[in-house]
Amino acid sequence: MFEIIANNWQQLLVGQYPQGALGGLALTMILSVLGLIIAFPLSVVLAFCRISPYKVLNIPATILVYVVRGLPLVMLVFWSYFLVPVLVGQSVSGFTALICTLVIYEAAYLSEVVRAGIQSIPEGQVEAARSLGMSYRKTMLKVVLPQALYNMVPSLISQFVSLIKETSIGYVISVQEITFSANQINTQLLTKPFEVFAILALTYYILCFCLTQFAKWAERRTTQKRLGLRSPKGGELNDPVLESQ
Amino acid sequence: MIQFSKVNKWYGEYQALVEVTAAVAQGEVVVVCGPSGSGKSTLIRTVNRLEEIQKGSIYLNGQDIHAKGLDLNAFRTQVGFVFQQFNLFPHLSVVENICLAPLTVRQQSKAEARSKAMALLERVGLAHKAEAYPQQLSGGQQQRVAIARALAMDPPVMLFDEPTSALDPEMVGEVLAVMKELAREGMTMVCVTHEMNFAREVADRIWFMDKGAILEEAKPAVFFSAPEHPRAQAFISDLRNH
Repeated sequence: MFEIIANNWQQLLVGQYPQGALGGLALTMILSVLGLIIAFPLSVVLAFCRISPYKVLNIPATILVYVVRGLPLVMLVFWSYFLVPVLVGQSVSGFTALICTLVIYEAAYLSEVVRAGIQSIPEGQVEAARSLGMSYRKTMLKVVLPQALYNMVPSLISQFVSLIKETSIGYVISVQEITFSANQINTQLLTKPFEVFAILALTYYILCFCLTQFAKWAERRTTQKRLGLRSPKGGELNDPVLESQ
Repeated sequence: MIQFSKVNKWYGEYQALVEVTAAVAQGEVVVVCGPSGSGKSTLIRTVNRLEEIQKGSIYLNGQDIHAKGLDLNAFRTQVGFVFQQFNLFPHLSVVENICLAPLTVRQQSKAEARSKAMALLERVGLAHKAEAYPQQLSGGQQQRVAIARALAMDPPVMLFDEPTSALDPEMVGEVLAVMKELAREGMTMVCVTHEMNFAREVADRIWFMDKGAILEEAKPAVFFSAPEHPRAQAFISDLRNH
Protein backbone atom coordinates (compact mmCIF):
# COMPACT_ATOMS: atom_id res chain seq x y z
CA MET A 1 0.00 0.00 0.00
CA PHE A 2 2.81 2.38 0.91
CA GLU A 3 4.48 1.41 -2.28
CA ILE A 4 1.42 2.42 -4.25
CA ILE A 5 1.35 5.76 -2.46
CA ALA A 6 5.10 6.24 -2.96
CA ASN A 7 4.83 5.56 -6.68
CA ASN A 8 1.62 7.46 -7.36
CA TRP A 9 1.38 10.23 -4.75
CA GLN A 10 1.69 12.91 -7.36
CA GLN A 11 -1.22 11.60 -9.38
CA LEU A 12 -3.35 11.16 -6.27
CA LEU A 13 -2.51 14.66 -5.09
CA VAL A 14 -2.77 16.78 -8.24
CA GLY A 15 -3.68 14.44 -11.16
CA GLN A 16 -1.95 15.20 -14.47
CA TYR A 17 -0.78 18.61 -13.23
CA PRO A 18 1.47 20.37 -14.30
CA GLN A 19 1.50 18.48 -17.64
CA GLY A 20 -2.29 18.41 -17.77
CA ALA A 21 -5.28 19.73 -15.88
CA LEU A 22 -5.24 19.93 -12.08
CA GLY A 23 -6.88 16.83 -10.59
CA GLY A 24 -6.67 14.39 -7.71
CA LEU A 25 -7.12 15.40 -4.10
CA ALA A 26 -6.50 19.05 -4.97
CA LEU A 27 -9.45 19.07 -7.35
CA THR A 28 -11.64 17.22 -4.85
CA MET A 29 -10.89 19.88 -2.28
CA ILE A 30 -11.50 22.70 -4.73
CA LEU A 31 -14.83 21.15 -5.70
CA SER A 32 -15.85 20.67 -2.06
CA VAL A 33 -14.88 24.14 -0.88
CA LEU A 34 -16.33 25.89 -3.92
CA GLY A 35 -19.50 23.81 -3.65
CA LEU A 36 -19.90 24.70 0.00
CA ILE A 37 -19.18 28.37 -0.45
CA ILE A 38 -21.81 28.70 -3.17
CA ALA A 39 -24.38 26.19 -1.89
CA PHE A 40 -24.61 27.43 1.68
CA PRO A 41 -25.67 31.06 1.08
CA LEU A 42 -27.95 29.82 -1.69
CA SER A 43 -29.58 27.40 0.74
CA VAL A 44 -30.28 30.26 3.17
CA VAL A 45 -31.95 32.23 0.38
CA LEU A 46 -33.93 29.13 -0.64
CA ALA A 47 -35.00 28.56 2.96
CA PHE A 48 -36.34 32.12 3.22
CA CYS A 49 -38.21 31.62 -0.05
CA ARG A 50 -39.72 28.44 1.36
CA ILE A 51 -41.07 30.20 4.47
CA SER A 52 -42.07 33.33 2.58
CA PRO A 53 -45.77 34.16 2.44
CA TYR A 54 -45.26 35.38 -1.15
CA LYS A 55 -46.24 32.70 -3.64
CA VAL A 56 -43.79 33.98 -6.29
CA LEU A 57 -40.94 33.00 -4.00
CA ASN A 58 -42.50 30.12 -2.16
CA ILE A 59 -43.79 27.99 -5.06
CA PRO A 60 -40.64 27.86 -7.24
CA ALA A 61 -38.46 27.17 -4.21
CA THR A 62 -40.74 24.38 -3.05
CA ILE A 63 -40.83 22.81 -6.51
CA LEU A 64 -37.03 22.97 -6.77
CA VAL A 65 -36.55 21.30 -3.38
CA TYR A 66 -39.07 18.55 -4.09
CA VAL A 67 -37.74 17.80 -7.58
CA VAL A 68 -34.09 17.73 -6.51
CA ARG A 69 -34.81 15.55 -3.50
CA GLY A 70 -36.73 13.14 -5.68
CA LEU A 71 -33.95 12.54 -8.20
CA PRO A 72 -30.66 10.64 -7.92
CA LEU A 73 -27.54 12.76 -8.01
CA VAL A 74 -26.02 10.81 -10.87
CA MET A 75 -29.00 11.59 -13.03
CA LEU A 76 -28.71 15.30 -12.28
CA VAL A 77 -25.02 15.19 -13.18
CA PHE A 78 -25.75 13.56 -16.54
CA TRP A 79 -28.51 16.03 -17.14
CA SER A 80 -26.41 19.09 -16.61
CA TYR A 81 -23.52 17.57 -18.58
CA PHE A 82 -25.53 16.56 -21.63
CA LEU A 83 -28.58 18.79 -21.53
CA VAL A 84 -27.14 22.17 -20.53
CA PRO A 85 -24.89 22.40 -23.65
CA VAL A 86 -28.01 21.83 -25.77
CA LEU A 87 -29.86 24.56 -23.91
CA VAL A 88 -27.09 27.18 -23.89
CA GLY A 89 -25.67 26.20 -27.28
CA GLN A 90 -22.17 25.93 -25.87
CA SER A 91 -20.15 23.05 -24.53
CA VAL A 92 -19.87 22.91 -20.78
CA SER A 93 -16.80 21.54 -19.03
CA GLY A 94 -17.20 18.60 -16.69
CA PHE A 95 -15.97 20.79 -13.85
CA THR A 96 -18.64 23.45 -14.43
CA ALA A 97 -21.39 20.86 -14.86
CA LEU A 98 -20.35 19.11 -11.66
CA ILE A 99 -20.12 22.29 -9.58
CA CYS A 100 -23.54 23.46 -10.79
CA THR A 101 -25.12 20.11 -10.01
CA LEU A 102 -23.52 19.82 -6.58
CA VAL A 103 -24.54 23.35 -5.70
CA ILE A 104 -28.18 22.85 -6.69
CA TYR A 105 -28.37 19.43 -5.08
CA GLU A 106 -26.75 20.49 -1.82
CA ALA A 107 -28.58 23.83 -1.66
CA ALA A 108 -31.90 21.99 -1.87
CA TYR A 109 -31.01 19.64 0.98
CA LEU A 110 -29.34 22.31 3.09
CA SER A 111 -32.29 24.66 2.65
CA GLU A 112 -34.52 22.19 4.46
CA VAL A 113 -32.05 22.07 7.34
CA VAL A 114 -31.89 25.87 7.41
CA ARG A 115 -35.67 26.20 7.21
CA ALA A 116 -36.16 23.87 10.16
CA GLY A 117 -33.53 25.81 12.09
CA ILE A 118 -35.20 29.14 11.43
CA GLN A 119 -38.62 27.82 12.35
CA SER A 120 -37.36 26.33 15.60
CA ILE A 121 -36.46 29.76 17.02
CA PRO A 122 -39.20 30.78 19.49
CA GLU A 123 -41.67 33.35 18.22
CA GLY A 124 -40.83 35.53 21.23
CA GLN A 125 -37.40 36.27 19.74
CA VAL A 126 -38.97 37.70 16.61
CA GLU A 127 -41.57 39.61 18.62
CA ALA A 128 -38.90 41.13 20.85
CA ALA A 129 -36.83 42.29 17.88
CA ARG A 130 -39.82 43.60 15.96
CA SER A 131 -41.18 45.50 18.94
CA LEU A 132 -37.81 47.27 19.19
CA GLY A 133 -38.49 48.58 15.69
CA MET A 134 -36.19 46.18 13.83
CA SER A 135 -37.28 45.31 10.30
CA TYR A 136 -37.97 41.72 9.22
CA ARG A 137 -34.63 41.59 7.41
CA LYS A 138 -32.63 42.87 10.37
CA THR A 139 -34.53 40.59 12.73
CA MET A 140 -33.62 37.57 10.63
CA LEU A 141 -30.01 38.66 10.10
CA LYS A 142 -29.17 39.74 13.64
CA VAL A 143 -31.47 37.68 15.85
CA VAL A 144 -32.89 34.59 14.18
CA LEU A 145 -30.12 33.37 11.85
CA PRO A 146 -27.25 33.57 14.34
CA GLN A 147 -29.22 31.40 16.76
CA ALA A 148 -30.62 29.10 14.10
CA LEU A 149 -27.23 28.46 12.46
CA TYR A 150 -25.69 27.62 15.81
CA ASN A 151 -28.46 25.10 16.52
CA MET A 152 -28.08 23.64 13.04
CA VAL A 153 -24.32 23.00 13.21
CA PRO A 154 -24.58 19.19 13.60
CA SER A 155 -26.98 18.80 10.66
CA LEU A 156 -25.05 21.29 8.56
CA ILE A 157 -21.84 19.37 9.14
CA SER A 158 -23.29 16.05 8.04
CA GLN A 159 -24.57 17.79 4.93
CA PHE A 160 -21.15 19.34 4.29
CA VAL A 161 -19.55 15.93 4.75
CA SER A 162 -21.85 14.38 2.21
CA LEU A 163 -20.95 17.16 -0.22
CA ILE A 164 -17.29 16.17 0.03
CA LYS A 165 -18.18 12.59 -0.76
CA GLU A 166 -20.55 13.57 -3.54
CA THR A 167 -17.72 15.21 -5.48
CA SER A 168 -16.67 11.63 -6.34
CA ILE A 169 -19.59 11.45 -8.73
CA GLY A 170 -17.53 13.68 -11.02
CA TYR A 171 -15.94 10.40 -12.07
CA VAL A 172 -18.90 9.59 -14.35
CA ILE A 173 -18.35 12.72 -16.45
CA SER A 174 -14.55 12.40 -16.35
CA VAL A 175 -13.84 15.17 -13.87
CA GLN A 176 -10.39 14.11 -12.77
CA GLU A 177 -10.85 14.37 -9.01
CA ILE A 178 -9.32 11.83 -6.65
CA THR A 179 -11.74 8.97 -7.40
CA PHE A 180 -10.86 9.35 -11.05
CA SER A 181 -7.14 9.35 -10.23
CA ALA A 182 -7.51 6.27 -8.06
CA ASN A 183 -9.34 4.48 -10.79
CA GLN A 184 -6.60 5.35 -13.30
CA ILE A 185 -3.99 3.98 -10.93
CA ASN A 186 -6.05 0.85 -10.44
CA THR A 187 -6.25 0.38 -14.19
CA GLN A 188 -2.46 0.67 -14.47
CA LEU A 189 -1.74 -1.73 -11.63
CA LEU A 190 -4.59 -4.14 -12.42
CA THR A 191 -3.85 -6.47 -9.51
CA LYS A 192 -4.24 -4.20 -6.49
CA PRO A 193 -7.82 -2.90 -6.45
CA PHE A 194 -8.27 -3.42 -2.71
CA GLU A 195 -5.19 -1.40 -1.79
CA VAL A 196 -5.89 1.38 -4.24
CA PHE A 197 -9.45 1.87 -3.13
CA ALA A 198 -8.47 1.56 0.52
CA ILE A 199 -6.18 4.53 -0.03
CA LEU A 200 -9.06 6.37 -1.61
CA ALA A 201 -11.37 5.51 1.30
CA LEU A 202 -8.80 6.67 3.84
CA THR A 203 -8.33 9.93 2.02
CA TYR A 204 -12.03 10.71 2.06
CA TYR A 205 -12.28 9.63 5.66
CA ILE A 206 -9.46 11.90 6.79
CA LEU A 207 -10.92 14.82 4.87
CA CYS A 208 -14.36 14.38 6.42
CA PHE A 209 -12.92 13.70 9.87
CA CYS A 210 -10.97 16.97 9.78
CA LEU A 211 -14.13 18.85 8.93
CA THR A 212 -16.18 17.27 11.72
CA GLN A 213 -13.39 17.87 14.25
CA PHE A 214 -13.13 21.50 13.22
CA ALA A 215 -16.91 21.84 13.55
CA LYS A 216 -16.84 20.29 17.01
CA TRP A 217 -14.14 22.69 18.10
CA ALA A 218 -16.02 25.70 16.72
CA GLU A 219 -19.26 24.58 18.33
CA ARG A 220 -17.61 24.08 21.70
CA ARG A 221 -16.08 27.53 21.50
CA THR A 222 -19.45 29.16 20.87
CA THR A 223 -21.12 27.18 23.62
CA GLN A 224 -18.44 28.18 26.10
CA LYS A 225 -18.78 31.80 25.11
CA ARG A 226 -22.53 31.71 25.64
CA LEU A 227 -22.20 30.03 28.98
CA GLY A 228 -19.79 32.77 29.94
CA LEU A 229 -16.83 30.45 30.44
CA ARG A 230 -14.79 32.62 28.10
CA SER A 231 -16.18 36.01 29.00
CA PRO A 232 -13.63 38.18 30.73
CA LYS A 233 -16.04 39.93 33.08
CA GLY A 234 -19.42 39.12 34.57
CA GLY A 235 -18.23 37.81 37.91
CA GLU A 236 -20.35 37.79 41.03
CA LEU A 237 -20.45 41.33 42.27
CA ASN A 238 -23.09 42.91 44.41
CA ASP A 239 -26.44 43.81 42.92
CA PRO A 240 -27.71 47.20 44.15
CA VAL A 241 -31.38 46.53 43.30
CA LEU A 242 -31.34 43.20 45.14
CA GLU A 243 -29.59 44.73 48.13
CA SER A 244 -32.15 47.50 48.44
CA GLN A 245 -34.89 44.92 48.93
CA MET B 1 -51.26 59.35 24.89
CA ILE B 2 -52.94 56.06 24.00
CA GLN B 3 -56.54 55.98 22.89
CA PHE B 4 -58.56 52.87 22.18
CA SER B 5 -61.76 53.52 20.33
CA LYS B 6 -64.29 50.70 19.88
CA VAL B 7 -61.52 48.13 19.42
CA ASN B 8 -62.69 44.65 18.42
CA LYS B 9 -60.61 41.59 17.76
CA TRP B 10 -61.57 38.08 16.81
CA TYR B 11 -59.59 34.85 16.71
CA GLY B 12 -61.78 33.06 14.20
CA GLU B 13 -65.15 32.78 15.90
CA TYR B 14 -63.84 33.77 19.29
CA GLN B 15 -64.06 37.46 20.14
CA ALA B 16 -60.97 38.41 22.13
CA LEU B 17 -61.64 42.13 22.46
CA VAL B 18 -65.12 43.63 22.65
CA GLU B 19 -65.73 47.32 21.95
CA VAL B 20 -62.77 48.49 24.03
CA THR B 21 -62.80 52.26 24.45
CA ALA B 22 -60.32 53.77 26.85
CA ALA B 23 -57.49 56.25 27.10
CA VAL B 24 -54.15 56.54 28.87
CA ALA B 25 -52.93 60.05 29.64
CA GLN B 26 -49.31 61.15 29.48
CA GLY B 27 -47.39 60.16 32.60
CA GLU B 28 -50.18 57.90 33.77
CA VAL B 29 -49.66 54.39 35.09
CA VAL B 30 -52.51 52.07 34.21
CA VAL B 31 -52.66 48.55 35.57
CA VAL B 32 -54.82 46.13 33.64
CA CYS B 33 -56.12 43.28 35.72
CA GLY B 34 -58.70 40.57 35.46
CA PRO B 35 -58.95 36.81 35.25
CA SER B 36 -56.78 34.81 32.81
CA GLY B 37 -58.09 34.77 29.28
CA SER B 38 -59.84 38.09 29.73
CA GLY B 39 -57.93 39.75 26.90
CA LYS B 40 -55.49 41.84 28.95
CA SER B 41 -52.37 40.75 27.09
CA THR B 42 -54.14 40.85 23.76
CA LEU B 43 -55.18 44.43 24.47
CA ILE B 44 -51.70 45.75 25.14
CA ARG B 45 -50.24 43.73 22.27
CA THR B 46 -52.54 45.62 19.90
CA VAL B 47 -50.82 48.89 20.86
CA ASN B 48 -47.57 48.06 19.03
CA ARG B 49 -49.40 45.91 16.52
CA LEU B 50 -48.05 42.57 17.64
CA GLU B 51 -51.76 41.75 17.36
CA GLU B 52 -53.89 43.22 14.61
CA ILE B 53 -57.45 44.32 15.27
CA GLN B 54 -60.42 43.86 12.99
CA LYS B 55 -62.53 46.85 14.01
CA GLY B 56 -62.03 50.17 15.76
CA SER B 57 -58.99 52.38 16.03
CA ILE B 58 -56.02 53.00 18.27
CA TYR B 59 -54.19 56.30 18.50
CA LEU B 60 -50.77 56.86 19.96
CA ASN B 61 -49.82 60.51 20.51
CA GLY B 62 -52.63 61.48 18.16
CA GLN B 63 -51.34 59.19 15.42
CA ASP B 64 -53.63 56.49 14.02
CA ILE B 65 -51.47 53.38 14.34
CA HIS B 66 -53.32 51.66 11.52
CA ALA B 67 -52.97 54.60 9.12
CA LYS B 68 -51.95 53.72 5.58
CA GLY B 69 -48.32 54.53 4.91
CA LEU B 70 -47.38 54.31 8.57
CA ASP B 71 -43.76 53.25 8.98
CA LEU B 72 -44.40 50.33 11.31
CA ASN B 73 -40.78 49.92 12.38
CA ALA B 74 -40.33 53.60 13.19
CA PHE B 75 -43.66 53.60 15.02
CA ARG B 76 -42.68 50.62 17.15
CA THR B 77 -39.63 52.41 18.50
CA GLN B 78 -42.09 54.70 20.32
CA VAL B 79 -43.52 51.83 22.32
CA GLY B 80 -41.33 49.91 24.75
CA PHE B 81 -42.56 46.37 25.30
CA VAL B 82 -41.61 44.01 28.11
CA PHE B 83 -42.59 40.36 27.75
CA GLN B 84 -43.55 37.76 30.30
CA GLN B 85 -40.77 35.46 29.05
CA PHE B 86 -38.16 38.30 28.84
CA ASN B 87 -37.18 37.22 25.32
CA LEU B 88 -33.59 38.33 25.65
CA PHE B 89 -31.40 37.35 22.71
CA PRO B 90 -29.40 34.40 24.06
CA HIS B 91 -26.56 34.73 21.53
CA LEU B 92 -25.74 38.26 22.64
CA SER B 93 -24.26 39.54 25.87
CA VAL B 94 -26.32 41.79 28.12
CA VAL B 95 -24.84 44.99 26.75
CA GLU B 96 -25.16 43.73 23.16
CA ASN B 97 -28.83 42.94 23.80
CA ILE B 98 -29.39 46.55 24.77
CA CYS B 99 -27.28 48.03 21.97
CA LEU B 100 -28.71 45.96 19.12
CA ALA B 101 -31.71 48.14 18.29
CA PRO B 102 -29.93 51.49 18.80
CA LEU B 103 -27.17 50.26 16.47
CA THR B 104 -29.29 48.70 13.75
CA VAL B 105 -32.43 50.85 13.85
CA ARG B 106 -31.10 54.21 14.98
CA GLN B 107 -27.65 53.81 13.41
CA GLN B 108 -26.06 55.13 16.57
CA SER B 109 -22.31 54.90 16.91
CA LYS B 110 -20.95 52.00 18.96
CA ALA B 111 -19.59 54.31 21.63
CA GLU B 112 -22.85 56.22 21.91
CA ALA B 113 -25.00 53.07 22.10
CA ARG B 114 -22.69 51.49 24.61
CA SER B 115 -22.52 54.43 26.97
CA LYS B 116 -26.31 54.71 26.87
CA ALA B 117 -26.60 50.98 27.55
CA MET B 118 -24.24 51.21 30.49
CA ALA B 119 -26.24 54.11 31.95
CA LEU B 120 -29.43 52.05 31.62
CA LEU B 121 -27.77 49.01 33.21
CA GLU B 122 -26.69 51.25 36.06
CA ARG B 123 -30.29 52.30 36.45
CA VAL B 124 -31.58 48.72 36.70
CA GLY B 125 -28.65 47.81 38.94
CA LEU B 126 -26.88 45.43 36.57
CA ALA B 127 -23.90 47.40 35.27
CA HIS B 128 -21.60 44.65 36.56
CA LYS B 129 -23.39 42.10 34.36
CA ALA B 130 -22.82 43.97 31.11
CA GLU B 131 -20.61 41.27 29.60
CA ALA B 132 -22.59 38.32 30.92
CA TYR B 133 -24.89 36.24 28.74
CA PRO B 134 -28.63 35.89 29.46
CA GLN B 135 -28.29 32.24 30.55
CA GLN B 136 -25.99 33.35 33.35
CA LEU B 137 -28.59 35.64 34.88
CA SER B 138 -31.51 34.90 37.16
CA GLY B 139 -35.01 35.47 35.84
CA GLY B 140 -35.33 38.73 37.73
CA GLN B 141 -32.04 39.99 36.33
CA GLN B 142 -33.06 38.96 32.81
CA GLN B 143 -36.29 40.89 33.11
CA ARG B 144 -34.44 43.98 34.33
CA VAL B 145 -32.15 43.72 31.30
CA ALA B 146 -35.25 43.40 29.10
CA ILE B 147 -36.61 46.62 30.62
CA ALA B 148 -33.29 48.36 29.97
CA ARG B 149 -33.33 47.05 26.39
CA ALA B 150 -36.78 48.53 25.81
CA LEU B 151 -35.73 51.85 27.38
CA ALA B 152 -32.73 52.11 25.07
CA MET B 153 -34.99 53.35 22.28
CA ASP B 154 -36.30 56.16 24.53
CA PRO B 155 -39.93 55.20 24.08
CA PRO B 156 -42.48 57.66 25.50
CA VAL B 157 -44.68 54.70 26.49
CA MET B 158 -43.82 51.40 28.14
CA LEU B 159 -46.05 48.35 28.02
CA PHE B 160 -45.55 45.44 30.43
CA ASP B 161 -47.14 42.10 29.66
CA GLU B 162 -47.17 40.19 32.95
CA PRO B 163 -43.51 41.03 33.60
CA THR B 164 -43.29 39.06 36.85
CA SER B 165 -45.47 36.04 36.07
CA ALA B 166 -42.59 33.84 34.92
CA LEU B 167 -40.43 34.66 37.94
CA ASP B 168 -39.76 32.82 41.16
CA PRO B 169 -41.43 34.70 44.04
CA GLU B 170 -38.17 35.99 45.49
CA MET B 171 -37.32 37.75 42.23
CA VAL B 172 -40.60 39.58 41.74
CA GLY B 173 -39.58 42.42 44.05
CA GLU B 174 -36.47 43.47 42.13
CA VAL B 175 -38.42 43.82 38.88
CA LEU B 176 -41.26 45.72 40.52
CA ALA B 177 -38.71 48.03 42.14
CA VAL B 178 -37.38 48.98 38.72
CA MET B 179 -40.92 49.51 37.43
CA LYS B 180 -41.82 51.68 40.42
CA GLU B 181 -38.76 53.79 39.80
CA LEU B 182 -39.84 54.26 36.18
CA ALA B 183 -43.32 55.27 37.26
CA ARG B 184 -41.90 57.77 39.71
CA GLU B 185 -39.88 59.35 36.92
CA GLY B 186 -43.11 60.03 35.06
CA MET B 187 -43.05 57.28 32.41
CA THR B 188 -46.40 56.53 30.79
CA MET B 189 -46.99 52.86 31.55
CA VAL B 190 -49.58 50.21 30.93
CA CYS B 191 -48.98 47.04 32.94
CA VAL B 192 -50.80 43.79 32.76
CA THR B 193 -50.06 42.18 36.09
CA HIS B 194 -51.38 40.00 38.86
CA GLU B 195 -49.33 41.89 41.43
CA MET B 196 -52.13 43.62 43.27
CA ASN B 197 -49.83 45.31 45.76
CA PHE B 198 -48.00 46.93 42.89
CA ALA B 199 -51.35 48.01 41.43
CA ARG B 200 -52.46 49.48 44.73
CA GLU B 201 -49.22 51.34 45.27
CA VAL B 202 -48.20 52.53 41.83
CA ALA B 203 -51.22 52.64 39.53
CA ASP B 204 -53.03 55.86 38.83
CA ARG B 205 -55.91 53.84 37.50
CA ILE B 206 -56.97 50.23 37.27
CA TRP B 207 -58.73 48.75 34.27
CA PHE B 208 -60.63 45.61 35.10
CA MET B 209 -61.18 43.34 32.12
CA ASP B 210 -63.25 40.25 31.63
CA LYS B 211 -64.23 38.39 28.45
CA GLY B 212 -62.47 40.94 26.23
CA ALA B 213 -64.14 44.05 27.61
CA ILE B 214 -63.10 46.71 30.11
CA LEU B 215 -65.79 46.43 32.76
CA GLU B 216 -64.50 48.94 35.21
CA GLU B 217 -62.04 51.83 35.37
CA ALA B 218 -61.24 53.16 38.79
CA LYS B 219 -58.59 54.60 41.04
CA PRO B 220 -56.90 51.81 43.00
CA ALA B 221 -58.30 53.00 46.33
CA VAL B 222 -61.82 52.77 44.97
CA PHE B 223 -61.25 49.59 42.98
CA PHE B 224 -59.86 47.58 45.85
CA SER B 225 -62.36 48.77 48.48
CA ALA B 226 -65.59 49.31 46.59
CA PRO B 227 -65.64 48.01 43.01
CA GLU B 228 -68.87 48.69 41.18
CA HIS B 229 -69.17 45.92 38.64
CA PRO B 230 -70.36 42.59 40.06
CA ARG B 231 -67.58 40.69 38.30
CA ALA B 232 -64.98 43.09 39.71
CA GLN B 233 -66.52 42.57 43.14
CA ALA B 234 -66.18 38.81 42.71
CA PHE B 235 -62.55 39.23 41.54
CA ILE B 236 -61.69 41.36 44.58
CA SER B 237 -63.36 39.03 47.04
CA ASP B 238 -61.45 36.11 45.47
CA LEU B 239 -58.22 38.06 46.07
CA ARG B 240 -59.14 38.58 49.71
CA ASN B 241 -59.76 34.90 50.19
CA HIS B 242 -56.23 34.03 49.11
